[in-house]
Amino acid sequence: MDAEAAKYIGAGLAVLPLLGVGLGLGIMFGQFLSGAFRNPSATSGLTGNFFIAFALTEATGLFALVIAFLILFS
Amino acid sequence: MNLGLVERFLPDMLRPFAAGPMEQFEIVPIFPLSFNGAIDLSFTNASLWMAIVVGTSLLFFTLATRRLQLIPGGTQSMGEVAYEFIAGMVRDTMGDEGRQFFPFVFTLFTFIFLCNLLGLLPSIPGSPASFHTFTVTSHIIVTFVLAILSVGLVVVYGLIKHGFGFLKLFAPSGVPLWLMPLIVPIEIISFLSRPVSLAVRLFANMLAGHVVLKVFAGFVGTLLTAGGVLSVISIVPLFGIVLVFLLEFLVAFLQAFVFAILTCIYLQDALHPSH
Repeated sequence: MDAEAAKYIGAGLAVLPLLGVGLGLGIMFGQFLSGAFRNPSATSGLTGNFFIAFALTEATGLFALVIAFLILFS
Repeated sequence: MNLGLVERFLPDMLRPFAAGPMEQFEIVPIFPLSFNGAIDLSFTNASLWMAIVVGTSLLFFTLATRRLQLIPGGTQSMGEVAYEFIAGMVRDTMGDEGRQFFPFVFTLFTFIFLCNLLGLLPSIPGSPASFHTFTVTSHIIVTFVLAILSVGLVVVYGLIKHGFGFLKLFAPSGVPLWLMPLIVPIEIISFLSRPVSLAVRLFANMLAGHVVLKVFAGFVGTLLTAGGVLSVISIVPLFGIVLVFLLEFLVAFLQAFVFAILTCIYLQDALHPSH
């Protein structure tokens, strides 16, 4: 196999963690909304932690993206 | 709709922007300055945008704190919201002892937030590459220095305040002794990976966001010049850009917030190492 082709396949494989990130974000949004709907008065207390968790989860996908970029451009 | 006209003139209009999604991260010297070709101290577009960021925050907070009133006007209340927001965060994570770190956390938050936000400004069309909008935080060296700064402060402050007691950070209380050989290396690795994860999180968010924006912009150009029905549906990625832009505003704030709050949590470790 061509080295160039292997590079592109590797970059594609490197972004597979997005699967987990998608699952995680979906679960998180769902849980947040169900918590917020069950007890609307607690929503303001949940929002801050929710956004931290959102950013931390999202960052995992971006780490994968950085690895893909490293494979592609270096 | 005369598509022939669009096809004829659009490639020329798009040319300054069409050098690919990674071109925006290029560092262009404005005033070249180097010593023997070994040390490069050029004033670059990155330096220019850092200066713009610092100037903007200086201007904003000077305006906000000028002629303070009991019933604040527009600018003063914006400044107060920013102050209260960070002050509340520092109070919630570190308590009253954390007040000494407030200026540091506030500066860090303001700098990162304004870097992220001003990086979203559109460039002036036709301006030279050195004056294109530049996101300082999309370079890992900048975010890594910021991360090293906060973790370095944690280490230095912890060692000064607690001496060797700071090393209790790596041996959590309440863990049975036979588990220590396992826990201590894990704690050390987790501590060492803090600056890396802080830096890469901010850098990757900014990089990915701006690449996505430019890729969508590229779709518009490609579809518009493709002719026929494709030119008409180029409106779809155009609206996509608006949506991604909204998300980027959220991310710009959120990443500055996450960086600041994680710094607070790490500083809390320096205040009370034996958790």
